[in-house]
Amino acid sequence: MREAFFVELFKIFKKDKNAILITGDLGYRLLDKFRKELPKQFINAGIAEQNMMSVAAGLALEGKKVFVYSIANFPVLRCLEQIRNDVAYHNANVKIISAGVGFDYGTLGYSHHATEDIAVLMAIPNISIISPFDNYTAKIAARYVYKNKGSFYVRLSKDKINDLVKDKKNYDIKKPAEIIKGEKIAIFSTGAIIQEAIKTAEILSKKNIKIGVYGFAMIKPIDKEYIRQIIKRYDIIFTLEEHRINGGFGSKICNIISESNNKSKIIKIGLDDKFNFFIGDKQYLMKINKVDKMAVKKYILKIAVKNYDFQEKKCNKKLLNKL
Amino acid sequence: MSSQKLAWNIRRKALEIIHNTRSSHIASVFSVADIVAVLYADILKFNNKNPKWEKRDRLILSKGHAGLAVYIALCESGFFSEKVLNSYCKNGSYLQGHISNKNVPGVEVSSGSLGHGICIASGMALAAKMDNKKHRIFTITGDGECDEGSVWETALFANHYELNNLTVIVDHNKMQSLDFCENTLKLGNLCKKWEAFGWKVFEVNGHDHAELKKILKKQDKKKPTCIIAHTIKGKGVSFMENNILWHYRDPQDEYYLKAKEELEKEKL
Repeated sequence: MREAFFVELFKIFKKDKNAILITGDLGYRLLDKFRKELPKQFINAGIAEQNMMSVAAGLALEGKKVFVYSIANFPVLRCLEQIRNDVAYHNANVKIISAGVGFDYGTLGYSHHATEDIAVLMAIPNISIISPFDNYTAKIAARYVYKNKGSFYVRLSKDKINDLVKDKKNYDIKKPAEIIKGEKIAIFSTGAIIQEAIKTAEILSKKNIKIGVYGFAMIKPIDKEYIRQIIKRYDIIFTLEEHRINGGFGSKICNIISESNNKSKIIKIGLDDKFNFFIGDKQYLMKINKVDKMAVKKYILKIAVKNYDFQEKKCNKKLLNKL
Repeated sequence: MSSQKLAWNIRRKALEIIHNTRSSHIASVFSVADIVAVLYADILKFNNKNPKWEKRDRLILSKGHAGLAVYIALCESGFFSEKVLNSYCKNGSYLQGHISNKNVPGVEVSSGSLGHGICIASGMALAAKMDNKKHRIFTITGDGECDEGSVWETALFANHYELNNLTVIVDHNKMQSLDFCENTLKLGNLCKKWEAFGWKVFEVNGHDHAELKKILKKQDKKKPTCIIAHTIKGKGVSFMENNILWHYRDPQDEYYLKAKEELEKEKL
């Protein structure tokens, strides 16, 4: 996804000399084209993220369209106050791009696991969050944040995910995309982990259980009305994210449902409120943390299917309410 | 208005406003009053009818807690009315206790948390260099603020990118929130530190207008400039000078009357 994003961004940069890319000394290979072919639009701010973020705000206040690049937590947690005060408060035209999120850098250890970034930025006004879930939405994200003035955070996975969006002509990054149509049960997901949702749906479809899958690229702000429309079609919604369950994407969906009259049950799947002291590759860490396809399948079978009368096509509401 | 008159007005009005609103940081405002006054009276190019005039010089107050000094200078320079100024720290006012640019003409950047404004100033200076614009960027930082790591990040950055259009003025009053800087985190020789980071450094008496005026006009061909301005925290009111109490305390009763009397004696 990060490649898809930066290929598109490079095209944009070639046409607009006012677009500036600042990196915190990262982007080996990924940003080589910018560095070599567009040196006047490329700044290496060194390993100094706080200054980098404020400099980005300063450039933007003088009319530049600024893209800040780093990986994992570095462009968010390390300089969070700079994002809040200098970028968001000033409504600066700064796009913060983090590549390698969730467990992308699994074996590099906890410092490189970006698993709270959504939650902290959800709390800050004036900043939008986009979490593309395939190469296509990553490309669209590059175009969208460039065209729209203001502060954005784009969370890019290292995974290359073939285009999942079917109706590209009508695709709107602000709205969730229906990837698989389901019955009664749906999974809402964002980012690369949507692959696990899709695999789960494929496994369960063999058991004749039709799980819907919806991909969310823009998760802040979120189109509440559109989501309520989708939710109406399902009895149980699972949210799946490569991020803590506290304060993340699932929490956002919960908020929307709690504000509506809809009685759909919502179950959040994400990372528990604890650190891992061990490492592993992404697939391993997802499995251990129970957010991979097998875990999601288990959740669905245990929680939803068990309590669901498929002949009557009705939930056992009594049981469900105990969840 | 002369810089001397403006500096007096800053101190006199600050005393009144801080007394009335029971707000804080009077000693910081007094410390920086002469620097702000010389900048607005003699150095900065601006247009009070068009605060966003492209060719204006930019002043970014990084030590945002001394914002009242800049608000008064802006009011005296015709950016907004006395009525607006007097709303400082009152309910519903845009004149926040730490400087904010929202709905306040003439304020470039909001600050308050230390070590931010100076880095934003670097970004603004870089933007001007990229576009070959000739305006200058000034930023005022505190010596206590130099505890912040981001100050030194930007010291590296501005030197590396040869931001010779950037001037940092360190309001070096040797005091910070709880104690003297030397008893907090030893800053050592600030001049040598900034020099070691590759900056053109000047040392001035931060209350000497003629000296400030002369130094503030200087611009190196390559290096960013750092002016270490030796100041006295609380300058202008004897019992506030070098007294840590007045970082937070607001002058009431006999303190207010005494301060008023002392300032009135210096009226130009």
